Amino acid sequence: MSNEQQPDLARRDFMSSGAQLAAGLTLAPGVVLYGVAQAKPDDQPVTDKVRWGMLIDTTKCADGCDDCVTACKTEQGWDNQTHARATQSAQWIRKVTLRDKATGHQHSLPMMCQHCENPPCADVCPTGASFKRADGIVLVDRHICIGCRYCMMACPYKARSFVHETITDQLPHMPRGKGCVEGCTMCVHRVDAGQTTACAEACAKAGHNAILFGDLNDPKSAIAKTVAKYATTQVRADLGLNPGVRYSGI
Amino acid sequence: MKNIRYLELNVGMSFYTALAVLGAIILMGLGSVYHMEHNGHWVTGMDNQIVWGMPHVFAIFLIVAASGALNVASIGSVFGKKMYKPLARLSGLLAIALLAGGLAVLVLDLGRPDRLIVAMTHFNFKSIFTWNIFLYTGFMGIVGVYLWMMMDRQMNKFSTPVGFLAFGWRLILTTGTGSIFGFLVARQAYDAAIMAPMFVVMSFSFGLAAYILVLMGLFAWDKRELGDYVLNRLRKLLGIFIAGVLYFVLVYHLTNLYATEHHGVEAFILRDGGVFTNLFWWVQILIGSLVPLALIYAPMFQGKRCSLILASVLVILGGFAQLYVILIGGQAYPLQLFPGYAVTSSFADGIVNGYSPTFHEVMLGIAGIAISLLLVTFASRVLRFLPESLADSVVDPHAKG
Repeated sequence: MSNEQQPDLARRDFMSSGAQLAAGLTLAPGVVLYGVAQAKPDDQPVTDKVRWGMLIDTTKCADGCDDCVTACKTEQGWDNQTHARATQSAQWIRKVTLRDKATGHQHSLPMMCQHCENPPCADVCPTGASFKRADGIVLVDRHICIGCRYCMMACPYKARSFVHETITDQLPHMPRGKGCVEGCTMCVHRVDAGQTTACAEACAKAGHNAILFGDLNDPKSAIAKTVAKYATTQVRADLGLNPGVRYSGI
Repeated sequence: MKNIRYLELNVGMSFYTALAVLGAIILMGLGSVYHMEHNGHWVTGMDNQIVWGMPHVFAIFLIVAASGALNVASIGSVFGKKMYKPLARLSGLLAIALLAGGLAVLVLDLGRPDRLIVAMTHFNFKSIFTWNIFLYTGFMGIVGVYLWMMMDRQMNKFSTPVGFLAFGWRLILTTGTGSIFGFLVARQAYDAAIMAPMFVVMSFSFGLAAYILVLMGLFAWDKRELGDYVLNRLRKLLGIFIAGVLYFVLVYHLTNLYATEHHGVEAFILRDGGVFTNLFWWVQILIGSLVPLALIYAPMFQGKRCSLILASVLVILGGFAQLYVILIGGQAYPLQLFPGYAVTSSFADGIVNGYSPTFHEVMLGIAGIAISLLLVTFASRVLRFLPESLADSVVDPHAKG
């Protein structure tokens, strides 16, 4: 049994140095925040001083816009199957439309791997292929995934896809293989290079700024400041998984 | 009880015919495996919503029945019932054979069956799957030793303690199989501690039904005598096990029906689920439980062998239906990500997921059954698993003469 550890914002004073990716994000009229990420030198291990996360403001997420989904497909190259049926196709990120059954109010949001602190997928994986990096990013080790799909049974967010066919034209940074399970990597290859995620970048480019990426453990980061100031929601908070992806406006 | 003599199966050339038929079925199953693995799982009915399909229904049925098939031996060794002792060797053999068949199906449906060695060398001990790898291989080893203790006269004295170990192990094993679902917090139909004991009682019922059919089949094939005394005992035991499964199914659904949170999934399975609702009420409950109970307990069917055969067949049919409802029905019901909201998406959120198994998935499952039967046929031909006779005069302590 694990104790839920919320990001301890006062604990660390993780000073950023070097490359700072600053994207001006308007949270509310007059309140401008900055998403900050630091490049990790390749010869240094991932550390738990960082907890990468995303905050999704559903009030800014536009109905009908799926730029985040398109950007993810382009970045990771996952929508190129030729045989799979629609329900068999990979879907690392999707737009979900919510309609309040009582009031009829409708809004939409992107749903992807929530990068739980206590990920059920990693709990059930027999080989340890599903794992969480020290910095909170949940990944699949494609070398030891045997394709049992138990993680897909266990994930409360339906965030994982099984590769149903042979994949060609794979991207160098994102090898994908038939018979393995995959999902959102929180653009780990970009994050390690000090960049933001493709979905957050695309959302900002579209002018919505609904996705804020950053280090939840860095009290100076825009995401940490925002989650400390405004009410945010964990999807299926009742499960106690403490996801790294949070939502506001649900 | 008289001394029991055990003899190899002596069925002449029909033995080779049986091997050829079962071997052909297994080859067809392997052809299906090749088709599915070569192309990828897009040729199956499974998808990213129904991730476990027909192969898993067959595999879990066989694994659950395997642990149950050992019960007959346990009743002799652990509970000291003498009548069951002549039945024990076949019980151990059938248990190993069913487990081998089930595991073969499970492994051959993996996305990467070529990486089986990875599953044997990389362990995550928080995963119930990892525990099951040890529980299943351990079961085979322990039951193998148990058979040795029973079949080697010099080792007979150890058969009781090893029988205790095997009985305890099999209870843990089925607990592990039920917990595959019991430990899944994400899905409405699972996440229930009762899954583990329910699977244990299901194993009693499915395993005994399989045992009765194999025993009667082998004895009829070899024209050996099988008296009413043995069959009536097994018949009554099967009745108790069927009632036990019904009790657990009742408690599971009553508990869910009490909690408003689970009303959605209960309405789906019990009322609105289409094929799942029909399978539950008509096949699992009526044909697979109530009709067998009538066949077993109604005075008009007493002592009639065809009623016992039919009851056992129906219990197995009901068992498949039960596992189909649990496995596929549990996945068909949509995940509840946002309680209180109606959700839609491009990834089948908020809708009931459909599943149509393909020929190849079913063929793989049938091949698993064929593997089990082939192992039983071959082993009982080369080793002395079957008593020469189970006539009443041999096994009934009250028989005259």
